[in-house]
Amino acid sequence: MAKVTIDGESIEVPDGTTILQAARMIGGDNVPPAMCYHSKLKTSGGYCRTCIVKVSKGSDKDPRPMPKLVPSCRTTVMDGMEVQNNTSPEVLEARRGVVEFLLINHPLDCPVCDQAGECHLQDLGYENGAAKTRYDFPRRKFNMIDIGPNIKMHMTRCIMCFRCVKTADQITDNRVHGMLFRGDASEISTYIEKAIVNDFSGNMIDVCPVGALTDKTFRFKSRVWFTKPMDAHRDCKKCSGKVALWEKGNEVLRVTSRKDKWGESEEWICNECRFDKKDIKDWVIEGPRHIDRHSVISLNHYENVVAKLKIDIAKQQKQIVDKK
Amino acid sequence: MGKKILLEHINVPGIKSLDVYRQNGGYASVEKALKTMAPDVIVEEVKKSGLRGRGGAGFPTGMKWSFLAKPEGVERYLVVNADESEPGTFKDRYLMEKIPHILIEGMITSSFALGAKTSCIYIRGEYFYVSRILEAAIEEAYAAGLLGKNILGTNFSHDIFVQVGAGAYICGEETALLESLEGKRGNPRIKPPFPAVAGLYGCPTVVNNVETIASVPYIVMNGGDDYAKIGIGRSTGTKLISASGHINKPGVYEIEMGITVEDFIYSEEYCGGILNGKKLKAVVAGGSSVPILPADLILKTEKGEPRLMSYESLSDGGFATGTMLGSGGFMVYDETTSIVKNLYTFARFYHHESCGQCSPCREGTGWMEKILHRIVEGHGKHGDTDLLWDIQRKIEGNTICPLGDAAAWPVASAIRHFRAEFEEYINHPERIKEFKHLQELVS
Repeated sequence: MAKVTIDGESIEVPDGTTILQAARMIGGDNVPPAMCYHSKLKTSGGYCRTCIVKVSKGSDKDPRPMPKLVPSCRTTVMDGMEVQNNTSPEVLEARRGVVEFLLINHPLDCPVCDQAGECHLQDLGYENGAAKTRYDFPRRKFNMIDIGPNIKMHMTRCIMCFRCVKTADQITDNRVHGMLFRGDASEISTYIEKAIVNDFSGNMIDVCPVGALTDKTFRFKSRVWFTKPMDAHRDCKKCSGKVALWEKGNEVLRVTSRKDKWGESEEWICNECRFDKKDIKDWVIEGPRHIDRHSVISLNHYENVVAKLKIDIAKQQKQIVDKK
Repeated sequence: MGKKILLEHINVPGIKSLDVYRQNGGYASVEKALKTMAPDVIVEEVKKSGLRGRGGAGFPTGMKWSFLAKPEGVERYLVVNADESEPGTFKDRYLMEKIPHILIEGMITSSFALGAKTSCIYIRGEYFYVSRILEAAIEEAYAAGLLGKNILGTNFSHDIFVQVGAGAYICGEETALLESLEGKRGNPRIKPPFPAVAGLYGCPTVVNNVETIASVPYIVMNGGDDYAKIGIGRSTGTKLISASGHINKPGVYEIEMGITVEDFIYSEEYCGGILNGKKLKAVVAGGSSVPILPADLILKTEKGEPRLMSYESLSDGGFATGTMLGSGGFMVYDETTSIVKNLYTFARFYHHESCGQCSPCREGTGWMEKILHRIVEGHGKHGDTDLLWDIQRKIEGNTICPLGDAAAWPVASAIRHFRAEFEEYINHPERIKEFKHLQELVS
């Protein structure tokens, strides 16, 4: 076991836990944002640099601070480690820099993007971004490529998190896509426009933190915040069959995996469940899905709004008391 | 004349061949090491010698070797980094081209010290002809029983392979090099684990620069203490410097560390002064990624002491008034040079070579290049200098590998020391073609 202190809050975690996981165990507002880390994917994380934190004390044995900011998703905790996230101006500034870098070539086509409302980049930009861009050059463009009947790819929106690559590596039997080219010309692509066809390819949509990979069967059907999430399951031979249905009226508009409060899939689902079972009769409805994520996606769920209001009011009251 | 270790026999005719090399004392260290020394003793000698990595970072080699994990029944590897891609650096090419056996001798001795049965030379694609020279030398060594099974009748066996890269700068970063060597895309790995624990094919690996390994035979033959006597302070031994730019005698020089920079630039033995008797403007002392320094700061430190060619003296003053020895790519600029244009060239290079894995480097290098391009073309905007400064600050230290830093440092130092020149480009674009701005700044 190792005791780690993040922004003044301590927790005991098993050895080998990363700083990010420890922060998530503590919860609250001090969890570093993460774009490329996914708890169900091995070796994910470390690329986007949004989760960087400052280690002000290495461990009890070696109390020296780490010389650079470290990615919390790939740095394991040591006993006695002290980490600064939101309390370090250096971290916040570096993070703002990373967000700016992620956004300079992003098309910002949120009004026509199906991911809007559940997009990690939107949340990240809202929390850590600047109101105005300093980038006045034409944004990067790519040729549109077709990667098959189910998944729509917009390379311009991609932030190179490699989550779809790791998904294909780890849950499908054959990966046919990857990174081509180098530097800011690099793109996720299949070699010679090969289609990505396998039973679990749809999970790439769920792991994509932005709108680079979206569901063709849900394309332009509805904004996500107008749909109603329901927990549902069916008997499936390929996967667990436990999904989230996104309904409008009695119509199933899309099927996704169930995501935890960090927006990361809890279980992988197969393409049959995802793309072919769009009839409500196919499913056993368990009840409304509780969306824990703090994002536009949960805005039409009153319970969250009320809870958030309570927290905000409590905070303000505390601030007033503190001032006095 | 300073002491020569690596280039001592460089002018001997036919030194490329094994016979001539052996007549000049070559491969004696292999004989000595394999027959009379224990591996740990060699590591100890290298530690004592104070030899530091010659690839750029200057990490103590003995220390690196002692970090090598030694689990039972797992192969260990030595990988020689001959992917010399740092702009302004060409010392390894010279060494391998002229005297390839010194590297092979160093590799056999070092591998014996590390207990590696196999070692690799990863050489950049542009040096294809050098790879041929190395392969020929390795063949000679096999024929003479210096490589292969039971070298010189001992029970140490060793094989060396040469692997040619495809010419990516990023593959000079040790983990990207290992990825490339494994046949994958040359992307740097996220550390930890470090190569000393999990390197090539997941096995413990030491990655060293060509020059570092080539220095090992001398240490084995003469002892670490003897090597430590050469040089100054913690910068022991000799260093190959690739001198280029506006000097009378560009080329590769072996210097004893501790000579003054002034001596190196102006003495007849080395660079021979500035071309056409012009004035010195600036120097990039260790390859394109280290901070550029103006003439007054490169010749004298902030405290007024003469600056020496050593790791410590060159970095005296931190990045505010100092620089780094780096890989020894010594580029000299005379008064006619435009620092802004020079920086644009560097920025273009780093933009082209960024691997694209992590966001700050992928997006930031391209952004910096675009801004510099517009400044150089005379379309710079007010505030561009500050914007550049801010971008480089947000790249530095926030990336997976040192390429981000390497792209940020030249920008930072050029703005720090030559800010007026940037403003001149931005405020008076009409004068760019006439170079008037430069003459005025100098006078």
